[in-house]
Amino acid sequence: MEVPLQYYLFLSAIMFAIGVAGVLTRRNAIVVFMCIELMLNSVNLTLIAYSSFLGDVTGQVLVFFVMAVAAAEAAVGLAIVIALFRNKQTINIDEINILKW
Amino acid sequence: MVTIPTMAYELVGYAVFLPLIGFIFNGLFGRKIKSELLVGTIGSASVGIGFVIAGAIFFEMLAAPVHDRVHVVQLVPWIKAGTLSVNVAYQVDQLSILMMLIVTGIGFLIHIYSIGYMHGDPGFWRFFAYLNLFIFAMLNLVMADNFLLLFLGWEGVGLCSYLLIGFWYDRKFEKGTTGDAAKKAFIVNRIGDFGFLIGMFLLFETFGSLEFQTVFLQASAFPERTPVLTWMTLALFLGATGKSAQIPLFTWLPDAMAGPTPVSALIHAATMVTAGVYMVARCSVLFALAPTTMLVVAIIGASTALFAATIGLVQNDIKKVLAYSTISQLGYMFLGLGVGAFAAGLFHVLTHAFFKALLFLGSGAVIHALHDEQDIQKMGGLKSHLPVTSRTFLIGAVAIAGIPPLSGFFSKDEILWKTFSLGYGSLWIIGFIGAALTAFYMFRLYSLTFEGEKRWGHDKHPHEAPLFMTIPLMVLAALSIIGGFVGIPKSLGGGNAIEHWLEPVFEHANEKLAIAGHAAESTEYLLMVLSVAVAVTGILFARRWYATRSEVPQQLSNRFSGLYTLLWNKWYVDELYDATVVNPTVKSSEKLLWRVIDIHAIDWCVNGIARLLGWISRTTRVVQTGVAQNYVFVFILGVVVIIGWIIGK
Amino acid sequence: MDGTGQNIILSLLLGLPLLGALAVSLVRNEAKTLIRVLGLAFSGVTFVCSVWLFDAFDAQNPGMQFVEKYPWIPGLDISYHLGVDGISLMLVVLTAFLNPIALLASWESITHRLKGFVVSMLLLEVGTLGVFVALDLFLFYVFWEFMLIPMYFIIGVWGGEERIYAAIKFFLFTMAGSLLMLVAIIWLGYYASAQPEGHFTTDYLLLTQIAPGIPMHVQAWMFLAFALSFCIKVPLFPLHTWLPDAHVQAPTAGSVILAGVLLKMGTYGLIRFCLPLFPYATFTFMPYLAGLAVVGIIYGALVSMVQPDLKKLVAYSSVSHLGFVVLGIFAITEEGMQGSVIQMINHGLSTGALFLLVGMLYDRRHTKLISDFGGLARVMPIYATFFMIVVLSSVGLPGLNGFVGEFLILLGAFNSFLLESHWYAIWGALGVILAAVYLLWSYQRVFFGRVVKSENEGLTDLSSREIAVMVPVIILIVWIGFFPNTFLQKSELASRQIVQQVQQAKLGTVGGRLAEKEQRR
Repeated sequence: MEVPLQYYLFLSAIMFAIGVAGVLTRRNAIVVFMCIELMLNSVNLTLIAYSSFLGDVTGQVLVFFVMAVAAAEAAVGLAIVIALFRNKQTINIDEINILKW
Repeated sequence: MVTIPTMAYELVGYAVFLPLIGFIFNGLFGRKIKSELLVGTIGSASVGIGFVIAGAIFFEMLAAPVHDRVHVVQLVPWIKAGTLSVNVAYQVDQLSILMMLIVTGIGFLIHIYSIGYMHGDPGFWRFFAYLNLFIFAMLNLVMADNFLLLFLGWEGVGLCSYLLIGFWYDRKFEKGTTGDAAKKAFIVNRIGDFGFLIGMFLLFETFGSLEFQTVFLQASAFPERTPVLTWMTLALFLGATGKSAQIPLFTWLPDAMAGPTPVSALIHAATMVTAGVYMVARCSVLFALAPTTMLVVAIIGASTALFAATIGLVQNDIKKVLAYSTISQLGYMFLGLGVGAFAAGLFHVLTHAFFKALLFLGSGAVIHALHDEQDIQKMGGLKSHLPVTSRTFLIGAVAIAGIPPLSGFFSKDEILWKTFSLGYGSLWIIGFIGAALTAFYMFRLYSLTFEGEKRWGHDKHPHEAPLFMTIPLMVLAALSIIGGFVGIPKSLGGGNAIEHWLEPVFEHANEKLAIAGHAAESTEYLLMVLSVAVAVTGILFARRWYATRSEVPQQLSNRFSGLYTLLWNKWYVDELYDATVVNPTVKSSEKLLWRVIDIHAIDWCVNGIARLLGWISRTTRVVQTGVAQNYVFVFILGVVVIIGWIIGK
Repeated sequence: MDGTGQNIILSLLLGLPLLGALAVSLVRNEAKTLIRVLGLAFSGVTFVCSVWLFDAFDAQNPGMQFVEKYPWIPGLDISYHLGVDGISLMLVVLTAFLNPIALLASWESITHRLKGFVVSMLLLEVGTLGVFVALDLFLFYVFWEFMLIPMYFIIGVWGGEERIYAAIKFFLFTMAGSLLMLVAIIWLGYYASAQPEGHFTTDYLLLTQIAPGIPMHVQAWMFLAFALSFCIKVPLFPLHTWLPDAHVQAPTAGSVILAGVLLKMGTYGLIRFCLPLFPYATFTFMPYLAGLAVVGIIYGALVSMVQPDLKKLVAYSSVSHLGFVVLGIFAITEEGMQGSVIQMINHGLSTGALFLLVGMLYDRRHTKLISDFGGLARVMPIYATFFMIVVLSSVGLPGLNGFVGEFLILLGAFNSFLLESHWYAIWGALGVILAAVYLLWSYQRVFFGRVVKSENEGLTDLSSREIAVMVPVIILIVWIGFFPNTFLQKSELASRQIVQQVQQAKLGTVGGRLAEKEQRR
């Protein structure tokens, strides 16, 4: 029997929510990145679900875009984390509060 | 002005401006010219030529028929704005020519005197420059054909008075400095000028012009007792009290004695202080239409006459006595004006100019002889050392005391007679007592200075003054003797020439006042005899007490020590003014206006706005925590809100 | 005379100092004399051109002359529109006159960053001249704001101890007022476009036709918006507190231009904009502004009296003198208006001269406290003489320039049937007494008496350069005092026109009042 669309949507919503919660609350920068990846993947899931449900390939093409962007963002972000660590000897976000006056 | 003038009138412009040229020349080059004689000659000549011109004009006027004696000489336009149009123009008529003769004549004599008196002073050139500037301003004052040009002269003489009182600017004077005295003169005068300005505004508003001929012509058509005329004349009179040192603005004149003696003689006796008298006389028709003001003028004149005489009784500085005497005599002039005897008031201006200048110049000779000693307690017995000075001084004293046939008798008597016969009996009594006191204090002065034992130290070697100084003394003495003959009243067989001469000027005013005829002539003789008698009594007492150095004055002053102190301290008027006006103004300006309002109130608001903005910035800045997650949180919050709003629509 | 593109004199007047600024900025920093000479030369030539302008001005023509108009932002009818009438002519000549004198006065006192100083002064000249000749509201606003920046630098870089505070206060205070003026200008433009067959415009001449018709409740706000900005500049009590700080901290040349020119921009704005554009609002606010002016006269004089610092004393005296000017403006009579115009020139000359003289003293002793002086008349007689002449001019002695202005203003205020009360003039006349008090007292404390401080003994009298700075000013002071008609003539028709415009608006609404007053006499 087919899996109804709502199940996929619920799953991705839950994944997204978990990702948001993680971004907002976790202190370790790497973990924050992992949560960001989780959010992106939840979006991918939603896209694929709709694409399969509507029979339109556009969704799957978009997933490719998203994955490429995610990869690029992960690379740049991790590079920034490394640079930050070299300067501040920590990747605890609470202690990296220099984006202010 | 290249054509040869057919009438001497045209020359009046030259007469007025020559002293200005003298001022500029001596002012710019005087320091380089090493010869005092040259500087003095330039200064004196510019005034002397003016006197000659004035004389020529006078004779031409005498020769002309009565209705043809008034001419206005236009020079250049001065200020033109809106409906105001004022020119530099001079009105030559019987009144102004009289004043011009006094100013240039006595001015010339005093210039000559100053060549001797100021000899050796490093500021010699400056002195003559200022004196010339003064004559220029004074001539503008008396010859102007409109109020604004008169005001230029009015303030100009005030300026020269300031410059000349403070001439020796690094000297001390009483409790302060000469600079303090000069400043006081200028500021008290300015208070009067405030009144003059208000008067001018009212004039312009009522008559639409500031020219004498226009204003007085319109005024003669006005009904009596119009309120605006009363205010106008009161305001103008306030100006006169300032310039002519009457109550309440007289306090500057005694302090003005800080200046060199020729200045006191010229400015503070003969000319500048009479400017107020001249102005009131010139505006006679306006005053005649405001009986209230006339009464005020007469009362202030009489009370000042008596008040100043009382102070003069006990002063010990020779110039101070003469200063208070001047204030007192000016009071008489105003008394004359106030009762409607305009010609009599001006007659007294003339005679007073003669004998007061004489007295001041004489005192200058004494001061010069005793090397700057001015305390009469330290004088005495100078008769033999200063023969010319003491004799001319005596003549001056007799004249001012009002002993016939010297000039002072005729003029003062005329005023007192008119006061009495026009119904102002109480004022007559005040004037009468003042006359008695005048004789007394003048001869106290004479006796203490010239008679009796000498009380000056061995270090002083008094000798008679040089010719430059004694010749003017002699001329003025002669004038003090014969000067009264131009005003011999009918009752004594004369034609009262001066009153007739000035009659056309006061025609309109006399109409308004409806001057009644004289009372019985026998009363006049009686009053004359009374005033002479009381003057002689005063003289005798003074000589008895002071020439022989009797103990009586000392005993009297001990007995009435309270009164004596009051008089000696000039009725504490200066202290009163200081306490009620000067100190409160200065203190409140500093404490209240500056500190409280400016610094605390206003600036506090201005800086307060800046502080407020700073506080807002500091408070809102807190939102920027720098923690990236906070920013993300707000971001997500925003997204949720927007999506919710879209879904909700 | 009113064709476009045929007159260049006004653009020349604006362009010369600008060119000078450019030329000076290209010179090496070390060539100090060259910099100074260039600055003096350019401002001097500008002055000569302004004299030519003065002479060529036709006093019989009441309208704008030497008009130039070039479109700038055509879609909004904003144009580069210049022109002078009698009133702006006098102010242009005053500005052009004071600038070379100020530069000459700072010949030796400004040494570090000289280039920047001269450039700032020349740019300031451009800004101030532009304000007086602009006939387009937008262009006027541009020049108005433009002159703030060089002045800010002049105070902030070359000024005294607390210069930063003073400069910022000056800048923000002035700008706060001007912003409301910008809003008002834009609103006016829209109002013009809302007229039948109208279009958005900021042209002054067009707006003078349209603006009086603005409904009263709006007109009042417009008037206030403009007036606020101008009154801050004047400065009118109680918006005056920036002035003492700015003056005391500014260098001599800055003070001279600030007092001599910048303050006039405020009064000029009132005459040029507030009165003709919003005549009905003028009546409503006339008594209040005249009242504040009188308060300013007395307050300024009293506070001036108790200042220990000579420069601050002169600064507060400016508040007092300009109170007279504002009183003359709001008397709405021809005498008063003429008096205001000539008094603007007079104040520029006498107060400018006072600042020049105080600056000369400061150059020698590096102090401005009155208590540090005393007895200077003996040590520096020429200086004392010049100072006395300028003091007398400030006091309003007849025969010198100050009297002409003060008298006309007070006469105009006294006789003004619109102001309806003699008391403004009476209180104002008290200022005449107070001026004598504070000026003569301070003169006495500085010059008369004995020399008490030994440092004062060795002071040198004026050098020929300093004499050359003062003599032209003194000549003008005496000239205006004796022959004011030379200057009064030029502004006569323009003053009359503005006064009549406002008076007619009043008579239009309340015509019966005038007849009533005449009958009462």
